[in-house]
Amino acid sequence: MDLVKPELGLIIWATVVFLILLFILGKYAWKPILNALNEREKKITDSLELADLTRREMENIKADNEKMLKEASIERDKILKEAKEMRDAIVATAKKSADEEGRRMIASAKDSIEKEKSAAMAELKNLSATIGVEIAEKILRKKLESNPEQDALIADYINHLNLN
Amino acid sequence: MKSSVKSRKFVNKFFKYFGVLVFFTTFSVAKAGNEPAHEAGAEHHAKANDKFKPGEMIFDHIKDGHDWHLWDYNGHPVSISLPVIIYSESKGVECFSSSHFEHGHASHLGYKLVDKKIVAEDGHKFYDLSITKNVASMLLGVLLLLIAVLYSAARYKKNSGKLYGVQSFLEPVILFIRDDLAKPSIGEKRYARFMPFLLTVFFFILINNLMGLIPMFPGGANVTGNIAVTMVLALLVFIITTFSTNGGYWKHIFLPPVPIPMYIIIVPIEILGVFLKPLVLMIRLFANITAGHIIILGFFSLIFIFGEMSKPLGYGVTVLSVAFNLAMNCLELLVAFLQAYVFTLLAAMYFGQAKVEHHHEEAHH
Repeated sequence: MDLVKPELGLIIWATVVFLILLFILGKYAWKPILNALNEREKKITDSLELADLTRREMENIKADNEKMLKEASIERDKILKEAKEMRDAIVATAKKSADEEGRRMIASAKDSIEKEKSAAMAELKNLSATIGVEIAEKILRKKLESNPEQDALIADYINHLNLN
Repeated sequence: MKSSVKSRKFVNKFFKYFGVLVFFTTFSVAKAGNEPAHEAGAEHHAKANDKFKPGEMIFDHIKDGHDWHLWDYNGHPVSISLPVIIYSESKGVECFSSSHFEHGHASHLGYKLVDKKIVAEDGHKFYDLSITKNVASMLLGVLLLLIAVLYSAARYKKNSGKLYGVQSFLEPVILFIRDDLAKPSIGEKRYARFMPFLLTVFFFILINNLMGLIPMFPGGANVTGNIAVTMVLALLVFIITTFSTNGGYWKHIFLPPVPIPMYIIIVPIEILGVFLKPLVLMIRLFANITAGHIIILGFFSLIFIFGEMSKPLGYGVTVLSVAFNLAMNCLELLVAFLQAYVFTLLAAMYFGQAKVEHHHEEAHH
């Protein structure tokens, strides 16, 4: 029965030693250790959260980039289309104005040809009249001495000449 | 960089042996054989040598004592004498080495050893506060624990983040006690204030269990297998539990949620349970560790029992005994951890039960 009879001396020593151990370890060991462990765990959790956040941000940025790229391509297409349209319009206008110019030039050329023609005609008339007169004069000079009938004929010719 | 590692290793080694050195210098190694042997003593030893008594040997190891027995030489025990401290109202405090008792063959200052216990020759009342084998072993264990844990704490304070040495053993254990033991048993909100006690009690039991497994001097004592030590631990658990109770806990005991006639049975059981819980803690640890020591010593006794019958038989049994003891020591190593864990777990559960929350009440019964 000695075995299950607690002895006072050992009870006192065990109490004293354990309480001192509890005090020393509690104050100088468990507290800093547990604090350090908590801090480390907090750091890990924070880091994981930060990584998660960063990843999500990266995804956002990527999505933004893609969106911007898409927009840029649309914009480019639009600009190209507009440029094409503008080019077409310019070509069309140029063609139109060139046509008009050509027609105007043709018209003015026709005009001037007409004028030249009539002037040439008038000149030709005058010239032929002059030539006729000169011929007539030469004939008359020869025939005047001949007969009156011939005079009358000359007069008639002259009258006819006026027609043209 | 390299030299700092070397110096740290040196400091580690120094501290490892320092504790042992201190013990060797403070407690003189006394050889009883060097002193003039008493007639009666010599006779006693001769008689003891005649026949091997396993029961006596086993209880000699399991029980506390005033010297740390190492071995017998020529029929004389060789042991480390431990200081005897006695307080009595008539004589005050007396302090002397236990070597004066000459293993129970001599009396000193009116005291003598009877059956390993100090008895006053004139029968006056006194208190024996000696540094016994268990106290010395406990102090040694606590010293080792302090060195290991304070060293680790210093590393945590430096916050280097890398685990080193004993720290890499302590950290998973601390995390296990916190996350798998304290938090589920006590609850996320209240567990923190019990952590220092739970950790201390776990490592105190563990180191003393492990020291008990060492067969010779630095260990070999039966600290956690001594009812006085387990009583102190259980009593502390009881006190802490009682001081952290709330109304719900007492209501649960005196006004349990059962029909009124059942109170006659339930209330006494509940009241008994309050005291039974720490009692169970005390007995479980004591019985487990003591039983382990008894079994290992029992196996070793077989060698000498059979050796007395015939020498060849003794040698034969040695092989068997060593094989059994190898297995037993492995089991005891497991038990050393397991009992420390069980004690801590139950303590945590009692702390957790000390505060009964209202929504829990219905679920309990």
